[in-house]
Amino acid sequence: MAKIIVVTSGKGGVGKTTSSAAIGTGLALAGHKTVIVDFDIGLRNLDLIMGCERRVVYDFVNVINGEANLKQTLIKDKRTDNLFILPASQTRDKDALTKEGVEKVLNELAKEFDFIICDSPAGIESGAMMALYFADEAVVVTNPEVSSVRDSDRILGMLSSKSRRAEQGLEGIKEHLLLTRYNPERVEKGEMLSVEDVKEILAIELVGVIPESQAVLNASNSGQPVILDKDSDAGQAYLDTIKRLLGEQVPFRFLNVEKKGFIKRIFGG
Amino acid sequence: MSVLHCADLSTATLQKLLSAKLAQAPAFFLQAPIVLNLSDVSQTPDFAALKNLFTELKLVLVGVTAANAEQKAAAHGAGLAVLQAGKASVKSQTTASTPQPAESIAATDPNSAKAANNTVTTQVAVPMDSKVVEQTVRSGQQIYAKGTDLIVKGAVGAGAEVIADGNIHIYGSLRGKAIAGASGDTSKRIYCYNLQAELVSIAGNYWLSDSLQDKFWGKSACIKMQDDSLVISELV
Repeated sequence: MAKIIVVTSGKGGVGKTTSSAAIGTGLALAGHKTVIVDFDIGLRNLDLIMGCERRVVYDFVNVINGEANLKQTLIKDKRTDNLFILPASQTRDKDALTKEGVEKVLNELAKEFDFIICDSPAGIESGAMMALYFADEAVVVTNPEVSSVRDSDRILGMLSSKSRRAEQGLEGIKEHLLLTRYNPERVEKGEMLSVEDVKEILAIELVGVIPESQAVLNASNSGQPVILDKDSDAGQAYLDTIKRLLGEQVPFRFLNVEKKGFIKRIFGG
Repeated sequence: MSVLHCADLSTATLQKLLSAKLAQAPAFFLQAPIVLNLSDVSQTPDFAALKNLFTELKLVLVGVTAANAEQKAAAHGAGLAVLQAGKASVKSQTTASTPQPAESIAATDPNSAKAANNTVTTQVAVPMDSKVVEQTVRSGQQIYAKGTDLIVKGAVGAGAEVIADGNIHIYGSLRGKAIAGASGDTSKRIYCYNLQAELVSIAGNYWLSDSLQDKFWGKSACIKMQDDSLVISELV
């Protein structure tokens, strides 16, 4: 049975699509057949981050409306085996998604895939609700900053009240906190919330901390998920995150300011 | 919603019984919506007169339940809703046997032989089980404990609201709004393990987070009314 994971946040621009691409790719690298579904109808971005924008023929809305079948629509990733992308429609809006339509497509995907990653749009309106409604697990992407934390808190409330699992009284969605754009230096200066602060406010289990990194922007611009950049700190942090998602115990890295060199330590620089 | 059971629906009897009941807790039933259960009544009462009586007593008669066809028609005529006697009413009747969830008031005359017939039962009674929230109250969520205390085991997030007619106990951090004694009872209190509230209010008297910043911010606190103003003290 496929596991449906929604990547959500409430707030925009915190790294949902970057994280969806990285998590989807990471799961596929670990040998699981994975599909990433872009729920951001009208603001299609996932195809760019995944570098498959030139291969989009049909989209999610076409499949829902029966204008194309899944086989025609799914885009196979060229770099990673076991990885597929279901792109969003750019010409429609969020109202094109219906609960019945989404359920039908997800059920069909569930027959073939181990993991279905739902890349949620920002906000708490119908589009975001559709993305989280059928989820089994949720990765809540949060920046260490007060407005993002509050919006994540709001989304956590939605996950526990508006999802299918909540409505049918099933076991609740498993919630994971993914802290992105973490900058230990600024935390030390008191300019940014620390991991502990965010954990204390949101009170959910931490699955990963992604350091603020030039590698993320480079990866987005080149259409290559950052997790493939294995030398970068962000790439390694995502690899750790995947292991934790799959149940492994991995110590957290990149939480502290890198140790200064010998000379700098002596002169206090 | 409160449901009223009464075998004798003549206005005189009902007025006597309800006045006595209301005198016990005047604020509790103020403008409360009431549904009349007609299961013990065979004839059709004068709904228009009953409506006036309820208005006089500062109650709102909204509808009837368990009505027969004739009663239903009359209720419609008087502009009342006809409600299904659903699961809820069955459930509350079963809880009537537990210690004190529903109160029965016998007719004012204690040695009256008719007492059994003239029993008013209201299913919302003054002592009720507290409302317990097991998890964290998230931003944007609103919890209201009507007529009772509210206990939150987790935290109350920024942008969340917890409201109770009784006391409020929060065993995590209070970052949102907490409103105790919402129906006007100034004796109610707010207790929290870690005070970082946006607003605390008791019976309409409130403090914003600005006024909470100094001494008790981030500490455990008890907030109560004293001489018409809010007082905060640390929990020991």
